[in-house]
Amino acid sequence: MAFGSRIVQRDIRFQIRRGEIFVIMGDSGCGKSTLMRHMIGLNRPAKGEVLYDGEPLWEADEDTRERFMDRLGVLYQGAALWSSMTLEENVSLPLAERKRLGPGEARDVARLKLALVGLAGFEGHYPAEISGGMRKRAGLARAMALDPEILYFDEPSAGLDPLSSRRLDDLILELRESSGTTIVLVTHELPSIFELGDNAVFLDAERRTMIAQGRPEQLKHSEEPKVRAFLERGRL
Amino acid sequence: MSAPAPATDALSRLQIARDSQGAIRVRLSGRWTLADGLPSTDSVARELESAPAGTRLVFEAAGLETWDSALVSFLFSAAGLAAARGSAVDTSALPEGARRLLDLSLAVPARVMPQTPKDDALTARVGEVALRAWRTAGDALDFLGETVVALGAFLRGRARFRRVDLMHALESAGVGALGIVALINLLIGAVLAFVGAVQLQQFGASIYVANLVAIGITRELGALMTGIVMAGRTGASFAAVLGTMTVNEEVDALRTMGLKPVEFLVLPRVLATSLMLPALVAYADVLGVLGGTFVGVALLDLGAVEYLRATQSSLELRHVVIGLVKSVAFGVVVALTGCYYGVRCGRSAAAVGEATTRAVVMGIVLVVVVDAVFTVLLHLLHL
Repeated sequence: MAFGSRIVQRDIRFQIRRGEIFVIMGDSGCGKSTLMRHMIGLNRPAKGEVLYDGEPLWEADEDTRERFMDRLGVLYQGAALWSSMTLEENVSLPLAERKRLGPGEARDVARLKLALVGLAGFEGHYPAEISGGMRKRAGLARAMALDPEILYFDEPSAGLDPLSSRRLDDLILELRESSGTTIVLVTHELPSIFELGDNAVFLDAERRTMIAQGRPEQLKHSEEPKVRAFLERGRL
Repeated sequence: MSAPAPATDALSRLQIARDSQGAIRVRLSGRWTLADGLPSTDSVARELESAPAGTRLVFEAAGLETWDSALVSFLFSAAGLAAARGSAVDTSALPEGARRLLDLSLAVPARVMPQTPKDDALTARVGEVALRAWRTAGDALDFLGETVVALGAFLRGRARFRRVDLMHALESAGVGALGIVALINLLIGAVLAFVGAVQLQQFGASIYVANLVAIGITRELGALMTGIVMAGRTGASFAAVLGTMTVNEEVDALRTMGLKPVEFLVLPRVLATSLMLPALVAYADVLGVLGGTFVGVALLDLGAVEYLRATQSSLELRHVVIGLVKSVAFGVVVALTGCYYGVRCGRSAAAVGEATTRAVVMGIVLVVVVDAVFTVLLHLLHL
């Protein structure tokens, strides 16, 4: 992964199994979110490929990649709700455009998705009219709109109070349990990593590569002092 | 202590001397607060340079009264100078708080960023500017290509965007601009009539002011001034809105939902602006002529009927049509420029401001350039 001649991360190789919660962690500025952007089709890797079920994402033509996007849902760090639309319009837009649902059907599904994240009754609100935690949940409802096979979360707890953060974690777990969705979590929040993560990779900002991979509990005993210190919130 | 080499700063808060072991002793006294100013470390640097490498630097603080970040900042700079000369620093005599803050500031070594040596030669700078311009031109061409493809999809009825967005853009680029377009064109018509009258009166040809205003406004100034006003108003608004959406990852969210930002965000704005500009220019033409009429009647003692009759006889349809055709081109240019800088905006609040400024400047420049191209082409076509 690179921006022009500046390499962000190199030699990254890992697998995510269907149905697991996979955590991408590392210190600030190591390129976690950039890695996610490469995985969801926003940034083309300088070298290498992203494979889904063995199918290359970046080698595919644009139309195939666009269709492929229907299998992914993304909750961005700031929720990235379309500010000129109500919550209901935010969720129903992808349903109308990608699934070709009529306005009534799209509205019904949007209401269900908003209810699933505890936002029933807020359908007519604009993103600016609700709190940060509610915006995150609305973003999640939109990410779930197309029933994606894989859900990506970029720093879901960023800017949330502990209670909202906990609620969102519970929601993520519930989603996996109820629908078997594969979940990729970009975070450095230790409680979320240990509570949710089945598997994880650790990206290092200084060496610009991934230095550990495995179950979060196992990584507490990693050979890498930096990984141990990170997970124990200790000193190097 | 012997062989003192006194060096004191203006406020006498700092004294430097050498002791019998050759160590440099820095005595700090008085008030060391930001309100009293920050003493320079030049004297410490001079002393370190004159001493052999590795000479110890000892701080004494017996006469120190009050201190804040001014002291710690001075110590931090001095410690940096000492480290560069390989000198150990003795801070044991400093107040405990200052010592701990200094230790904390030195705990993590400064990160050395690899720097590519910058070539300041004129040729290198010209080359850099040329390369940047080349890249921007290529990128703008890509964007134009994407927009043309989106327009093709629209003509085939396959473009995906919200009709309500088109309505909003139509309102913003149309009704919303009526006030400012009216004011500017009324004044331009009046100014044109006034300037023309001053010259034409000398030849007793005041009535030709009507011809000047009618042709000047409909063929040239009505469209040009409206284009410039729209670049500053609507172009800036497009760049700011799309730039903010880019910063908030709303544009990324469209992409990951499989929606094309050019189709969804750019197309309705380009359509709305290029549809609304001719309507605005027709309105501007009427108001420009009205401004001229006002000056003609009020200042040149021409009768209103006489003036309007002269206007009617001088005005050919081709002048009006040329102004309206130009306005469609101006609409496309203004909308594309605003949207281009908005969608290609960086990822910070400052980048939105920069995108907006660039959109306005480039929008105005391109409107004038397009107008010049039209003028030359129409001249060649004898129109």
